[in-house]
Amino acid sequence: MATVLTINGETKSFDAPPEMPLLWVLRDILGMTGTKFGCGIAQCGACTVHVDGKAVRSCVLPVSAVANRAITTIEHVGTTPSGAKVQKAWLDAEVIQCGYCQSGQIMSAAALLAATPNPDDSDIDAAMAGNICRCGTYVRIREAIKLAASGRQS
Amino acid sequence: MITEKTLPNVSRRTLLTGGLATGFLLAFHLPLRAAVNEPVQRDATDGKFAPNAFIRIDETGRTVLMMPQVEMGQGTYTSISAVLAEELDADWSKVEVQHAPPNDKLYANPTFGLQVTGNSNSIRAWWMPLRKAGATARAMLVQAAASQWGVDAASCTASKGEVAHAASGRKLGYGELALAAQGQTPPKDAAVKDPKDFVLIGQPLKRLDTPDKVNGKALYGIDAILPGMKIAAIANCPVFGGKVGKVDDSAAMKIAGVRKVVVLDDAVAVIGDHMWAAKKGLEALKIEWNEGPHAGISTKDIWQDLRDASAKDGVVAKSTGDIAKALATGDKFEASFELPFLAHASMEPINATVHVRPDACEIWTGTQIMTRVQSEAAKAAGVPADKVIVNQHLLGGGFGRKLEPDMVVAAVKIARQVDYPVKVIWTREEDIQHDVYRPVYRDQVTATLVDGKVAAWKYKIAGSAILARWLPPAFQKGIDIDAIDAAVDAPYDFANFHVEYVRAEPPAVPTGFWRGVGPNNNVFAIECAMDELARKAGKDPIDFRKSMLTKNPRMLSVLNQVAEKSGWGQPLPARVGRGVCVQPSFASFIATVVEAEIDDIGEIVLRRITSVVDTGIAVNPDTVKAQIEGGLIFGLTAALYGEITIDKGRVQQSNFHDYRMMRINETPKIDVTVVKSGEAPGGIGEAGVNAGPPALRNAIYAATGVALRRLPIDRKLLAAGRKA
Repeated sequence: MATVLTINGETKSFDAPPEMPLLWVLRDILGMTGTKFGCGIAQCGACTVHVDGKAVRSCVLPVSAVANRAITTIEHVGTTPSGAKVQKAWLDAEVIQCGYCQSGQIMSAAALLAATPNPDDSDIDAAMAGNICRCGTYVRIREAIKLAASGRQS
Repeated sequence: MITEKTLPNVSRRTLLTGGLATGFLLAFHLPLRAAVNEPVQRDATDGKFAPNAFIRIDETGRTVLMMPQVEMGQGTYTSISAVLAEELDADWSKVEVQHAPPNDKLYANPTFGLQVTGNSNSIRAWWMPLRKAGATARAMLVQAAASQWGVDAASCTASKGEVAHAASGRKLGYGELALAAQGQTPPKDAAVKDPKDFVLIGQPLKRLDTPDKVNGKALYGIDAILPGMKIAAIANCPVFGGKVGKVDDSAAMKIAGVRKVVVLDDAVAVIGDHMWAAKKGLEALKIEWNEGPHAGISTKDIWQDLRDASAKDGVVAKSTGDIAKALATGDKFEASFELPFLAHASMEPINATVHVRPDACEIWTGTQIMTRVQSEAAKAAGVPADKVIVNQHLLGGGFGRKLEPDMVVAAVKIARQVDYPVKVIWTREEDIQHDVYRPVYRDQVTATLVDGKVAAWKYKIAGSAILARWLPPAFQKGIDIDAIDAAVDAPYDFANFHVEYVRAEPPAVPTGFWRGVGPNNNVFAIECAMDELARKAGKDPIDFRKSMLTKNPRMLSVLNQVAEKSGWGQPLPARVGRGVCVQPSFASFIATVVEAEIDDIGEIVLRRITSVVDTGIAVNPDTVKAQIEGGLIFGLTAALYGEITIDKGRVQQSNFHDYRMMRINETPKIDVTVVKSGEAPGGIGEAGVNAGPPALRNAIYAATGVALRRLPIDRKLLAAGRKA
């Protein structure tokens, strides 16, 4: 039986085992490679997407659990107000190095700002501590989130 | 320092000549700016002005720069482009970058003679070759315009992609000149700019690769998608050096989406419609491994072997003064410093996509060593190297792991079994348990103090000779110049100075380059020993160092600046300390102060990090800053958590829960100052990595009195009430 999901406002229908993680559906069935594989056990956050606006780790999220939910990925997060602000701030603060974890970082930051428009350092720590960056861009991630929240972007 | 001079047998001084002379042979499809993410186009098409291997300008003025070094986050695509565009006087807004194809004749790194990215040398190695390439192209464009106008080329100027003749007010864009410039003879020695005339170099230019990294469009090797492609998951033999015995695939083949089980000599792979099927298939296999002769190895034994080896005399790498005599007098100090195996754990797990066709082999991956990947894949595929096409992608971190071709070779062997393209993805567990590890090192420092200064310094390094495996011609007279790199270049004025190296290879455990490379053992040992010596001499750690840096003005200057900016000497609460690290690695001079608090159970809170960097001319100062910030985190992660241990021939760590990374909540304020300098550019990608561990260790020493001599940091030794 075909699985039906709503991803980035579009209805997608495909065959997949119900326990298959959303990450691999996105990447290997739908060809949406912006969401990244990092650890497979929800330890690094590279696979973060939004489900009904909340940041979740798609590598451990069975596709059967997200039917009838609104899924947003990095390819589409720029259409949300907080996502667009975060993307802009990420470039203004020149956060990115290799960039591989940054899809997940941006998704976590966008969900944070949507829920908490003016986060303090502890809000940022709580929302972002699940996202590992091996290049060590954390100082700039913090700065960019504050920049996005402040509305002082160029 | 590893340079062309210290690598005499492998450098290729003829590179530039070769590159410039044969550049016309190559013309590439000119892509859009976003094509940084596209595989290299192989069809020779419409390169109109191709004065050398690095520059392509078409009739619209579109300027494509071919990148001889790979982008793995360090910002080199932007910096290399800035160097080329500076001398070319290109219009920066029209600059596009493209991965160069594998070709050692055109794109070999001038230091290594191979198309390799590493050792923080992209800008150091390419600085003059690329400036000359840009200046040569500019001269040809200017000559083309001058000829068209019938004026002297010397009366024309170039700027932002245009040639102008001020006297007549005429201007022509580079696009309009492309065809005519192609017909010009390249000048033999085009003049490069005086650095005071730089307009791009030294500016904090926005990176060219980042806009596509905020929206999911950037393509890494793992993102390759090809028609008919399947996905493979791999299980490498869990024991080092072991082989596959028997495989029962009956359960695996019943899993929906599983297509094929491939049994290699030392690994088994399951090919499926998607990674989930492949992974489930792999889990369903019953594999009996022939564990082989290394099933008993453990890090415990490896350490014992290394300590035994380290007790022996080494090969003398450098000796000045009379070390034996100097060690016989004064106040003696001796200590050994031990560093563990480390995995690279780049965020993009190891992967390679391969399509083996009857007469060719095509590869999609992100590698630091394109031509070696090509030649090794050729052997594995059984085709000539010129039938191997390597499509380079962005790297989701490299850190030295992708200086190895093993993952491509394995993928070729798997892909040979099928007629469709296969993307082989290593799970994080495979990535961590089958790495090529930063070696264990044991560094022994013996020194004497006379009148509060170091009078004798004997430093013996024991560990793997990575270069002996990786670049054999560079391994000469028993000395690995990487392992001792920063040992022989110690910044201090030691009258009697002696460095020895003992080659000690762990059994069966592959060892390789890890970000920071050789200096990550040397800087740690030197700077920890210096702090202990300062205390023995009854001196402040910075004053002690300064007294021996009088002949090293660049080092002294950054040390003075970091002392001021870090608030060195200002009072701190109990169990809070500041530690310093001084290092002249990769032709950059860096002084760093870490301020840390150690709580009563020995847990560590980083409070603040201050770094002052003199890297010579900083091509992109913001990138320099970012590399130091990120490098510090990389090194501190290792100091706080990094250790790969082995038992029964197997790596015991498997994923980020037991091979931990620093996270944002552990990251303090980091203040990096990039000093203005007119000196030649130094390397910067590795340097921050090496600064973090000794500076933190010395902060702990200041806060608790505990002189740690081993990484990662053992919290048990730091609990309150323990004797120092």
